[in-house]
Amino acid sequence: MPSLKDLKNRIASVKATQKITKAMQMVAAAKLRRAQVAAEAARPYAERMESVLGNIASGMVQSSDTPLLLAGTGKDEKHLLLVCTSERGLCGAFNTSIIRAVRERASQLIAQGKDVKFFCVGRKGYDQLRRIYPGQIVELVDLRSVRTLGFTNAHDIAEKVIDRFNKGEFDVCTLFYSHFKSVISQIPTAQQIIPATFPEKAAGESAVYDYEPEESEILADLLPRNVAVQVFRALLENQASFYGSQMSAMDNATRNAGDMIKKQTLIYNRTRQAMITKELIEIISGAEAL
Amino acid sequence: MATFSFELVSPERLVYSGQVTEVIVPGTEGEFGVMAGHAPFISTISAGILTIKGDGAEKRLFVRGGFAEANPQGLTVLAEQATPVESFDRAALQQLIKDAQEDVSDARTDEGRQKAERNLADLQQVAMILDLNAGQTAH
Repeated sequence: MPSLKDLKNRIASVKATQKITKAMQMVAAAKLRRAQVAAEAARPYAERMESVLGNIASGMVQSSDTPLLLAGTGKDEKHLLLVCTSERGLCGAFNTSIIRAVRERASQLIAQGKDVKFFCVGRKGYDQLRRIYPGQIVELVDLRSVRTLGFTNAHDIAEKVIDRFNKGEFDVCTLFYSHFKSVISQIPTAQQIIPATFPEKAAGESAVYDYEPEESEILADLLPRNVAVQVFRALLENQASFYGSQMSAMDNATRNAGDMIKKQTLIYNRTRQAMITKELIEIISGAEAL
Repeated sequence: MATFSFELVSPERLVYSGQVTEVIVPGTEGEFGVMAGHAPFISTISAGILTIKGDGAEKRLFVRGGFAEANPQGLTVLAEQATPVESFDRAALQQLIKDAQEDVSDARTDEGRQKAERNLADLQQVAMILDLNAGQTAH
């Protein structure tokens, strides 16, 4: 039976935890709003990029000098999984669900006898993957020191990926991130970025464009840029998802702490009353004995 | 004068959107002006100054990397970076020039070097234009 003092301490500590989780929830809510605005502001760029590239790509005839970023190496042996996760925890199932999607894909590929490598963005995913696939992680990009995500961060990552592609280290690159649907719903998403894929667009809507310089030159310039844009979009979506996930996780934690405080207070009061009753009985029986 | 809708988009946000009469864009193969009713046209852009006319005072922005798309609906410029000239940091430009110089010396292929050299030349030209402007306003 815990003493009154123990119970009191326990309640105090739960209350302190509740304060922290409450504060974290509010911070996450504020940051979520900003992250959401950033993700939405970046959308027009990515969409235009996709539509223009899709336009050019659909008009191009596949030939030997088609850029490899679009046509692929013609093989499907070596896969690079670009895994974007968060730098910090306390965000519910955010990282776990991304890693689960990655593991599913990876075990599928390995079962088919393919060669799988990982490129991690974010510490948390790295920590989990390192345990499951030791030695298969080729690079880790740490964004912990980055305060506000800029396009340059995505550009650097894309450059590293393309560099490895040009060295022939992989044939297919798939990007994993968490798509921000709403505050309570984030969907782990896999997107193939190398070779580039474009959504099929309605036929007949494309105008006949003049190109300056040549179409192929524009493609050569835009394809690497497109990789960076896709990575940037993934990073922004991820950030919004992270804060959304963290907010609901901390909301739950605050509520749980509240429940716990209620329960502990009940036990505390009961124990206190039991003690008073016990003392009264002792006094009364002492008086009766006289 | 006839106006058309113009949008300048950077990865972070929509930088400019409005009705304008003329936009001068630093294309890879030379500057070009776009006015209302331009033929459908796509061009990559190089580092340089983009000028917007016809919407109040003339606006000038430093843009870098990306492309411009003109269609019957208007003109869209997608730039990796788009900063108004007034708030453009000279130190940042110097840094870009330095990076470009390193790119030139690091280039392994002829093609890569040519590209890097052109980029460097573009940036140096921007620096020159800005210097000129600073000189004019000082007098």
